[in-house]
Amino acid sequence: MTTSSVSANGFNKFLHSIRIPPVYYFLLVIFIGGAALDFYFADGQILTNRAILTNIFVRSVALGIVAVGQTFVLIGASIDLSVAYTISMTAVMSSFIMQGDPTKVPTAIFVVFIIGAVIGLVNGLIITKLGVNSFIATLGTALILKGILNATFANFTGSVPRSYETFGYGRIGPIPISIFVLLGVVLLGWFILARTKFGSQLYGVGGNSEVARLSGLRTHRVLIGAHVICSLTAVLTGLFIVSRLRAGAPWIGPDGVYDLESVATTVIGGTALSGGKGGVWGTLGGVLIFGVIDTLFNQLGVNPFLKNVLRGVIIILAVASYTLRSKREAA
Amino acid sequence: MKKSMLLVVSVIVVFAMLLAACKPAAPTAAPVEPEAPVATEAPVVPDAPKNQGLQMDAAKVAPQFYNDADFDESLQLMKQAPLNPDAPIYMQYLINDPVDTTQYKKAPPYNICFSNAGVNNPWRVVGYTTMREQVEELRAAGLIKNFIHVDAQGQDAKQIADIEDLIATPGKCDLLIVSPNTSEALTPAVEKACEKLPVVVFDRGVLTDCPVVFEKTIGGYAFGISGAQFIVDNLPEGGNVLAFRILPGVDVLEQRWGAAKRIFEEAGNINVVGVEFDDYNTVKTNTIVRDYIDRFGHIDGIWMDAGGPAVGALEAYQDLGLPFPVMVGEDQNDYLKFWKENNLTAIAPTFPTFQWRSAVLIAVKILQGETVQHRWVLPQPDVTQENLDKYYNAAMPPLYYALSGAEDMKNWPDAWINVDTTKYVDVLP
Amino acid sequence: MTTTTMAKSSRAVKVLNTIWTWIKKIPPVYPIFILIFLTVGFLNPNYQTANGIFVFLRRASPLAILAIGQMFVLSSGGFDLSMGSLVTFVIVGSSMLLNNDPEKAMITIVIMLGVGVIVGLINGVTVSFLKVPSLIVTLGMLLLVKGVAMFWSGGAPRGYFTDNFRIFGRGNIENVPIFGKFPIALLIMIVIALLSYYLFHKSNFGKQILAIGDNVRASQLSGVRVRVIRVLAFVYSALLAVVAAILLGGYGGISTNVGDGLEMQAVSAAVVGGTLLLGGKGSVPSVVFGAFTLEALFNLLNLLGLPKPYKDAVQGLIIIGAVAYVALSTRKKR
Repeated sequence: MTTSSVSANGFNKFLHSIRIPPVYYFLLVIFIGGAALDFYFADGQILTNRAILTNIFVRSVALGIVAVGQTFVLIGASIDLSVAYTISMTAVMSSFIMQGDPTKVPTAIFVVFIIGAVIGLVNGLIITKLGVNSFIATLGTALILKGILNATFANFTGSVPRSYETFGYGRIGPIPISIFVLLGVVLLGWFILARTKFGSQLYGVGGNSEVARLSGLRTHRVLIGAHVICSLTAVLTGLFIVSRLRAGAPWIGPDGVYDLESVATTVIGGTALSGGKGGVWGTLGGVLIFGVIDTLFNQLGVNPFLKNVLRGVIIILAVASYTLRSKREAA
Repeated sequence: MKKSMLLVVSVIVVFAMLLAACKPAAPTAAPVEPEAPVATEAPVVPDAPKNQGLQMDAAKVAPQFYNDADFDESLQLMKQAPLNPDAPIYMQYLINDPVDTTQYKKAPPYNICFSNAGVNNPWRVVGYTTMREQVEELRAAGLIKNFIHVDAQGQDAKQIADIEDLIATPGKCDLLIVSPNTSEALTPAVEKACEKLPVVVFDRGVLTDCPVVFEKTIGGYAFGISGAQFIVDNLPEGGNVLAFRILPGVDVLEQRWGAAKRIFEEAGNINVVGVEFDDYNTVKTNTIVRDYIDRFGHIDGIWMDAGGPAVGALEAYQDLGLPFPVMVGEDQNDYLKFWKENNLTAIAPTFPTFQWRSAVLIAVKILQGETVQHRWVLPQPDVTQENLDKYYNAAMPPLYYALSGAEDMKNWPDAWINVDTTKYVDVLP
Repeated sequence: MTTTTMAKSSRAVKVLNTIWTWIKKIPPVYPIFILIFLTVGFLNPNYQTANGIFVFLRRASPLAILAIGQMFVLSSGGFDLSMGSLVTFVIVGSSMLLNNDPEKAMITIVIMLGVGVIVGLINGVTVSFLKVPSLIVTLGMLLLVKGVAMFWSGGAPRGYFTDNFRIFGRGNIENVPIFGKFPIALLIMIVIALLSYYLFHKSNFGKQILAIGDNVRASQLSGVRVRVIRVLAFVYSALLAVVAAILLGGYGGISTNVGDGLEMQAVSAAVVGGTLLLGGKGSVPSVVFGAFTLEALFNLLNLLGLPKPYKDAVQGLIIIGAVAYVALSTRKKR
């Protein structure tokens, strides 16, 4: 990651990004294991059902979009724990502005993206200019957003117009629109990371901030950019969720544990918490693992408390499977 | 250094502005500021403005879930005797709203699916246990085969996806039971399910009339009315009342508080000094009670929209060596125990867990083509001083709910003492 | 609060300046705590009595204990997010083991401490030997530990806590000279703080933790057994979470969600107490006062009659401010 030539680094990254991230092998293992369980317990009815397979993706949309943003931040060796409340803020503000009126949809979308950009900007500024560790900085902004939200909207507020629900429930042919949105976001994320100068700079900043700075990179700007992108994906997730729920409430972000789960899926996808390594395709794989196990657990009727135990184990094992060989000490 | 300080200050200012900017956006901006000067004269303020608690943000009632007509109807229903008094309490109904179900008639055994908001609190654990025991009895009778349970772990988005999963396979479920996590969010998913199969909704409602049956006990209004009226009737002159709510935005809970608020307002002589959200957390509740006793000198009545943390509140009095307040809890066993041992002036309005088994029994009725009640309103008794001995059962665990209606079941009481939700099988071979 | 005093001092005369350099060596958490606590005491006369202060300190004790444990891990460069779930596990599990029998109190506590050691070992070993970042390990354990507790109890803990189990969190030592009643929880907290002070500031263990947090490579080269030390830090943190849970269970009784979010509060308290994230700096007394400061602040907001949501916003501002202060003042030194 510390290659001095930024463009060569970018090219390497491009080669890297078309290689299949190891998480997909893990996904395959889970899928095959699931199929075996499915065959044994449910006569193979689960994974042969197209509706259920589609639903694995739909289940992954909300987490997937924001996890793409989290990938950017983690590559920059930062973290964003404020995404859950950014999602809540978006859901609440958009349904509050829309009030069921289709003509207000553009205004609402515009306003929430601005709010998102401001949140990302503030996160980035606190981390870079005040030198606050990103964990604390974004935990802090999360608490502040939580306070503002709970003090202002104690409830479901407003509603989205029926036409807007197309985002969450509409289909093009047999495939839900939301899946295209997710794939679009992943593709865009891949493009930015692998094909743009900003992307290669971000890898540089995450890999070794000091070296990047000495080689003339404006590291602060790059990191702030990553945080803004992350908050914007959280906004998109919020817009998606509100279209499924018809209205926004302050607790929908934290209830979905989008903060810690987006970090977990990104890391499962092969992005290093220490930065400089990873990509959005891996993240998509990590998100799909969660989608598959959620669906399988549901269909097989696994005890809800046991689900959490298994989730915990899978998170640790998935990450351990490739950190194991690393020579660096983890912390 | 100066530059960095400027930065710190400016960040704080930005957030303060954000905070201020968001404030007017509130749907009903309530003045909160007047409280501050009052508080500085704490702890004992003889001429504090009355009912300042009812001005707090936490006291707001969500208008979409509360209306006075329903309040009046609940008040009426509370006096109403069941129309089928010979049925067991979990199958009684208070209003007549028959619906024909011959179109759903099928030969047994049935496959029933259940989308559950969660088993994330003791009330739901007891209800779920009762439900599963009922399923086992119906299985023994040859009426149910598979009972597929999916748990949304308290997440709206997850429950929507769960329901989509369940209805994805034709023939997998003959009927879907839904216990919604929140009313508004689950409405679209339930509407979609209604197009494919008969649906029974219970506990919290949805904002659509499409389910074949929506079943619950009288509900939030009655719960709120019972408790608040008890405080109005028993609070000593000049007493202060503190009200607790779990969280906003759940219709049943909004209705409990909305009804109580109306009773308090109409009573006139009640001083509600605070309304607080406690997240159903005992330690938090205990702390809040102490804070309020610190602030106001004495709190003489406590109202709760969910009695889980009631003992936590009472122990604050015990530890401070103060006399107990007029108390509104719920039928959770630890509270009933505390009540009996300490001779409280208390009441326990209930939201009986027996409605969980009702859902399964009603589902089977529908699939057998029997007439059911479209809006099935079950009775909702209170635990009072008079019937405390009937409902308190020393053998049961602390987080057991007394109105499980499960006493006539085969595995009573073991299945409720040694709760094991893992032993139930969803899909029979 | 500090920013304004700092602003004034920069304009002050030289004499004040020398005093200021002396004052600056005091961790800011102490003056902030004193300021907040005095305000609380002024607004509410209850806090002017020994009893009122004890009630406050007892309430803050579990958080202080959690924050000390968290600080051990933070100083070594890691995070422990599994604390809150472990608290829930201990409360639910104790209820299952006790099963209303006072004679089982001792053995229950011993078993739970054993569970703490196991959880700490899993955390530490996975981080040290499988090289999984602690944020991920302890996040996985957060789900796992609570899941096991719920799975075990079916979501409904079986028995009541017996009085002899609850006494640690709830009881007082009566007739103590000068003080009158002295809360047992506070006593436990003081003992743990003293022990931790010795471990962290006086023993080799503490120095090695700080060395690892400061620079893993360098400490490895100078012969520190990095992995073992790291595992021990996680074990200590988990043990303290168990102790805090016993105090919380005693104070609040049985409940299945007492632990939710405690891990973040512990991180906040540690940070307010001047702990440096990603390691290298920490102090037991400061962290204890960090916990007191948070608790006093919550009291203050309540006395001011602010609605509860503002608590979160203020907590957010405080932790950002605390870390920014440390970061900016160390940056200046360079």
